Amino acid sequence: MIRQFGWGEFLFLLEGARWTVVLSLLAFTLGGALGLAVALGRTSKWGWLRILMATYIQIFQGTPLLIQLFFVYFGLPLLGLKVDIWVALTIGLSLHTSAFLGEIWRGSIQAVPDGQSEAARALGIGYMHRMIDVVLPQAFRIGLPATISFLVNLIKGTALAALLGLTELTRSGQLMANITFQPLQVYGAVALIYFIICVPLTYCSAKIERRLNAAR
Amino acid sequence: MNYTFDFAPVFAAWPSLVDGVIGTLKMSSLSMIFGLSLGIVFMMMRMSKKPALKAIAVGYIEMIRNTPILVQVFFVFFGMPAIGIRLSGEQAAILAMTLNCAAYAAEIVRGGVQSIRPGQIEAGRALGMHAVDIYRFIVFRPAIRAVYPALCSQFILMMLNSSLMSSVSAEELTYFAQTLDAQTFRSFEIYLTLGVIYLALSQFFSIALGVIGRVYFSYPAK
Repeated sequence: MIRQFGWGEFLFLLEGARWTVVLSLLAFTLGGALGLAVALGRTSKWGWLRILMATYIQIFQGTPLLIQLFFVYFGLPLLGLKVDIWVALTIGLSLHTSAFLGEIWRGSIQAVPDGQSEAARALGIGYMHRMIDVVLPQAFRIGLPATISFLVNLIKGTALAALLGLTELTRSGQLMANITFQPLQVYGAVALIYFIICVPLTYCSAKIERRLNAAR
Repeated sequence: MNYTFDFAPVFAAWPSLVDGVIGTLKMSSLSMIFGLSLGIVFMMMRMSKKPALKAIAVGYIEMIRNTPILVQVFFVFFGMPAIGIRLSGEQAAILAMTLNCAAYAAEIVRGGVQSIRPGQIEAGRALGMHAVDIYRFIVFRPAIRAVYPALCSQFILMMLNSSLMSSVSAEELTYFAQTLDAQTFRSFEIYLTLGVIYLALSQFFSIALGVIGRVYFSYPAK
């Protein structure tokens, strides 16, 4: 007797979706923290640090996410670290996030008019406070729509975890498709769940962008 | 760290890596061309005054942009045989990438078309240009020129995404690498090499698309 794709099966997919959300939030938080460091390095006054960060960003933007994840997954054990799939994926996705957010935030930091940090310097405000109190709050506003769009990309990117064997939404879909032999319905439902997660974010991003443009 | 690196099996398999590069280039170039063409159709539907056409285009674009390409290709490869459409891995991959690329291209090109001032089209009409020529020379070409950098990065993203197509056994670079991995167990070396090849490929696309852009859009700006 083959199982039919019904309500219970849909709940199984939702259970997978929970891990998609958890993985995205983890990678976004850790990657965001690291991304801020990348963005500050990319806009620092030291040339070598700027070049280093530019190379870092270039490497992550020029290779597929899948290869980055494989690389971390197979690379960490070589450093003598025995890690499970969760840790490897979190590290891989966080590094990926840090490079992309670093580049987005570099753009936002540079979009803040020079006069702002010149004025702060004229007032004798040091680098830390100049960044925290003057530049970053303004850069945050400018970078918000692109940051949210990236979060949507990240959520979609966590689907690759399925190819490494983590049972998140896409992998749950694969398992369910194999059990029910109704791939059309199952993958349709999987796509629908991703859609429901991502659409509010896309909508927010577009709305904020319109509002920021109207101000100008 | 007591791991001995051994790249010999990876380099020994260079013919299959070359095949992979060719597969990747072929699949991504085809989906770029088809995707841009289909994207322009969706863009025109999106901007049309008929509510039905517009709703279809908006629905399609948002559906594609808010779901992972991996799920899209699974849908095409595993799902579509249920409605009688059976595709090979490569065909499914090209179809999924085309459908994906079309949605993004439609939004990017729409941005360009909206930047064309109505006065330009009126001027074209005043000069007695044919509607097709107006579209071709006054709307599309400058519109695409305006958004060409965004379009190029979308294309490069497309090429990088083609690495996922190994999961439906489309024969591209990652597919050959995974086969090689299964034969030699040199995972780390293989994926390191693969990363370098993809980096080179994205640089190649970036330069090639830049040259194409410079040739095609070489007319004066103002």
